[in-house]
Amino acid sequence: MRYVAPSTLEEASAFLLEANGTGRVLAGGTDLLVQLRAGVTTPGIIVDVKHIEELMTIQDEDGGFRVGAAVCGQELGEHPGVTTAWPGVVEAVELIGSTQVQGRATAGGNLCNASPAADSVPAMIAAGATVAVYGPNGRRELAVEDVPARPGKTNLEPGELITSIKLPARPAGSGDAYLRMTPRTEMDIAIVGLGVALTMDASGTVSAARVGLGAVAPTALHVADADAALIGSKLDDEALERAAEACRQACNPINDKRGTVEYRTKIAGVLMKRAAKIAAERAGS
Amino acid sequence: MAKNHVTTTINNEPVEFLCDTHETMLDVLRNDLGLTGSKEGCGSGDCGACTIMVDGRLACACLMLGAEAEGRTIETIEGMASGEELHPLQKKFVDEAALQCGICTPGVLVAAKALLERNPDPTETEVRYWLAGNLCRCTGYDKIIRAVMDTAAEMRAN
Amino acid sequence: MGNQSYKWVGTRQPRPDGADKVTGRARFGADFDMPGQLVGKVLRSPHAHANIRSIDTSKAKALRGVKAVITAADLPDMPDEMAPAGEVMVNLRDVTRNVMAREKALYDGHAVAAVAATSEAIAREALDLIEVDYEVLPHVIDVDGAVAADAPILHDHLRTDGDENAADTPTNVAKRIEFLKGDLDAGWAEAEVVVEGSFTTKPVHQGYIEPHAAVASATEDGQVQLWCSTQGQFNVRGYCAKLLDMQTSQIRVTPSEIGGGFGGKTVVYLEPLAIKLSQMAGKPVKLVMSREEVFRGSGPTSAGSMDVKLGATKDGRIVAADFTVRMQAGAFPGSPVGPACMCSFACYDIANVKVVGFDVVSNRPKVAAYRAPGSPVAAWGIESAINMLAEELGMDQIDLRLKNAAREGTKTHYGPTFKDIGMIATLEAAKNSPHYQTPLKASQGRGVAVGFWFNIGMDSSAACHIGEDGTVTLISGSPDIGGSRASLALMAAEELGIDYHKIRPIVADTASIGFNFLTGGSRVTFATGMAVVQAVRDAIDEMRARAAKLWEVDVEAVIWEDGCAKPAGSNVGDFDPMTLAEIAASAGKTGGPINGHAQLNAQGAGPGFGAQIYDVSVDADTGHTTVERCTVVQDVGTAIHPDYVEGQLQGGVVQGIGWALNEEYIYNDKGQLENTGFLDYRMPVASDLPMIEPIIVEVPNPSHPYGVRGVGEVPIVPPMAAIGNAIAEATGVRMTDLPMSPPKLSAALDAAKVRDAADD
Repeated sequence: MRYVAPSTLEEASAFLLEANGTGRVLAGGTDLLVQLRAGVTTPGIIVDVKHIEELMTIQDEDGGFRVGAAVCGQELGEHPGVTTAWPGVVEAVELIGSTQVQGRATAGGNLCNASPAADSVPAMIAAGATVAVYGPNGRRELAVEDVPARPGKTNLEPGELITSIKLPARPAGSGDAYLRMTPRTEMDIAIVGLGVALTMDASGTVSAARVGLGAVAPTALHVADADAALIGSKLDDEALERAAEACRQACNPINDKRGTVEYRTKIAGVLMKRAAKIAAERAGS
Repeated sequence: MAKNHVTTTINNEPVEFLCDTHETMLDVLRNDLGLTGSKEGCGSGDCGACTIMVDGRLACACLMLGAEAEGRTIETIEGMASGEELHPLQKKFVDEAALQCGICTPGVLVAAKALLERNPDPTETEVRYWLAGNLCRCTGYDKIIRAVMDTAAEMRAN
Repeated sequence: MGNQSYKWVGTRQPRPDGADKVTGRARFGADFDMPGQLVGKVLRSPHAHANIRSIDTSKAKALRGVKAVITAADLPDMPDEMAPAGEVMVNLRDVTRNVMAREKALYDGHAVAAVAATSEAIAREALDLIEVDYEVLPHVIDVDGAVAADAPILHDHLRTDGDENAADTPTNVAKRIEFLKGDLDAGWAEAEVVVEGSFTTKPVHQGYIEPHAAVASATEDGQVQLWCSTQGQFNVRGYCAKLLDMQTSQIRVTPSEIGGGFGGKTVVYLEPLAIKLSQMAGKPVKLVMSREEVFRGSGPTSAGSMDVKLGATKDGRIVAADFTVRMQAGAFPGSPVGPACMCSFACYDIANVKVVGFDVVSNRPKVAAYRAPGSPVAAWGIESAINMLAEELGMDQIDLRLKNAAREGTKTHYGPTFKDIGMIATLEAAKNSPHYQTPLKASQGRGVAVGFWFNIGMDSSAACHIGEDGTVTLISGSPDIGGSRASLALMAAEELGIDYHKIRPIVADTASIGFNFLTGGSRVTFATGMAVVQAVRDAIDEMRARAAKLWEVDVEAVIWEDGCAKPAGSNVGDFDPMTLAEIAASAGKTGGPINGHAQLNAQGAGPGFGAQIYDVSVDADTGHTTVERCTVVQDVGTAIHPDYVEGQLQGGVVQGIGWALNEEYIYNDKGQLENTGFLDYRMPVASDLPMIEPIIVEVPNPSHPYGVRGVGEVPIVPPMAAIGNAIAEATGVRMTDLPMSPPKLSAALDAAKVRDAADD
């Protein structure tokens, strides 16, 4: 197993391509090292991308933010602009692991690890985030929800890596929130995770909404039916119940050591209502 | 496969070592450098017993490759006291019995020191969440939380 | 309440090993290395139950760098022979099979072979080269499944001990025990209110943060040195000598600092394997478990399935109590069913009692001790039922317990009659606590439960060496698992009348002090403390003799007071007091070195009682329970070092909170453990908890020079039932199966809603 720490995207991509499927990108390493230890992955080459400047910076862009894919969670949480504009995304990223893990773990890695329970992904879906991809055939953009293909597998092509995540400009009257259900307050994997971003007009009517839902299907979902249930409403109980039902309908979970199908489905609805209220409060502030 | 040659700084001293790619920073610290103060409780980032500082941020040494240490600045529990003088947190932990078996203590102390450097006046809730990644099975955390808050108060007063 | 005249006992001094433990210097099990040591690794069964047809180690042995490979064939087989291990007795035939599977693999994670190699990578590769031919058998995990008529049988030779009516056919029920008191039928006849219920607990792991570790170095002349993390170096020596057919004097065991044990490090896993590998390889061998191995291969505590029935008069007097518990032993007999049955109703004075217990094997790791083994399981059922009774009677939950509390003169259902005990004092302290006196917040529930543990004595040795400068080395053989060096030194300082800081307590290896039974059962401050006091008094007697010699008077004419030898009265003569330092300085002229020694089997362990109060809130939508406030009250006899007493109370409580709310073993349909790490074996983290308010009650134990009872066991007994009682009050739903995790509580709340709707 070889370790390389290139300083350019070209080199990083070339290493990955050359490895012919046995290359692994190392950003925060908080998933990769666990997998290495468990022996579930035995890469030929590990490409440490933390020496590539583009992946390590947060930049203002078009009123929104371009967050380097290898920026750690703690650094994101320290960024005044991002925390003000997208508190839901930040709180989702900050739920990934402990303070120790926050010093290393990245939203890019959380996305590329392709766990259905990744905390940051539903929040980024709700935010309408996109990712910039660099590869042998140049650069392309993908919606966040199009990155994971199935548990542990992404839609990236050989030699491709995510360079940054674009959080769009936050429209006036907007707010987002992320909630997850875990048995403990910290150090757990989401049984269900739900992100919602809302825009509300002066009358308190929802003019735009996006709902992202995690840990209830092979990949995190954008629940368009829940968006539709919220849009045009004033988040009255009936609209919230319709959105909750849309989330429950979207669930296609498994029974596993972390939760049952019934429980996950029920909680998806609970979190929908609660997260929408938090997002609305933020939209009004 | 050739080993990685790494030049780094640990507890303010220049250090060089060779490591295989699969070796974690914790393996390097414990097995190659004799710094056994960082403990392995889980090897998966869930217990915090191997907590170190890397370039001013906390990390689990078990979740970092040794090779990644190149050019970094690393602090471990062994660097916390200066000469014969314990860090105020270390002293408070002894004075207030904030440890029982002591296996989690190095990691807790490194994490608590990082907290107080960022936030000299944390609330109980802030201390509890900051230290949520440091498992302790002996104390029920009560005396740990109190010792951190008492140290913070003392450091603010001085 | 305690004796306030003590100068050192009862004060909060810095622990002697404090600096080592806050700087990373302290050496725990995995921190020890020997020059030229090999790395050992253990191959573990992936099957819950399988015959081992054969094991082919030839490829592994042929691998370059591999220095030894062992299987059960390399260890002597053992006869059926009982030996003490922690708070339970074990069978050596079973112990050798638990250390290394012989005819059968009996649980996922059961050791089947071990290797020693020049590097970790080679050792891992060698494990992959060992070929085990398994015949996979049907398995059974849970205790109720294991007692079913068609259950897979783990041991063909097993019959139910203690059951005259049992058929002479193989069974998983290893033992039946029964305790009877009074006339149960008369009790039911008198009862005006009856409650009953069935309850289960899940096995939980002790969860020590330090994995098991051992380094063995065997020499060609048959000597062995072993360094390991253990609660009892003498027990390790005894086990290893028996299992490897060696003499105890050939094995010198040095205990490392121990990173938690809670009962789980009272048995051997790696130690005999490390010795055997070292003997075969001719080099030191180090074995360290991964966290996964700790979960798969080391003991959890026993789980239980139980039925409780209580009968009382309308004024709240309990007149009949019936309890049956099936305790899970793991792969080999030896659950703490005895303690579970004995502790069950020990908190109460009940005229008519029947308690029946069964020891049941199943395809899980053999259980190890965990704080008050057996008692928390029984308390889950019984203390829940007590609250059900309080609800039926409309009585306050503490008042009902007070009305029936065990007191001086209570004859227990298991035999002994209590003398000076603190059950009532503890309950009254709970009732008068700031917590219980504070009105409950809206939408919360408040639960109380009590708990009991015998505390134990057993064998201890200690030595007290007076240095030439008047300082003291205090030597014991009890691993310091939570501050016992400090408590032992405090008692020595009190006896000697010198500064605590002039006493250096150490934990010696098996060759440097006489036998000490392991650290467990809450015995160290009691029993080893008693040995320390006697050893110190032995040294004091010698110092009195030296002063008497200098003064040319009888030793009886010299007393010891405030750190000095003094004439017993003015008629003895006019002598200035001689300080300990002066006597030590002149020792060369008065007879040579001054040391004290003691060895004893400590009698008179004082029973411990505790009561706990929990306020909880329950998220009705998610089933998530938050402990909002917790008070732990316990009679500890005398708190020698109050900080570490409080720490034991708080730590035990939080382990109990984990047991109550989230901790459990999750198995797949193949009987393989699925949650082998701290991510999914959910022990409480700091942000889950409130401060834990301790209230120390001190009813001194007359059998100990400083009144010590023991502290560490009782705190884990009440939490599960107390939290269940609090949840019942908060939600109206009585939980009967642990853990009361969010998915389970949510389902129970939903089911109750459906029932309520149907009732309307």
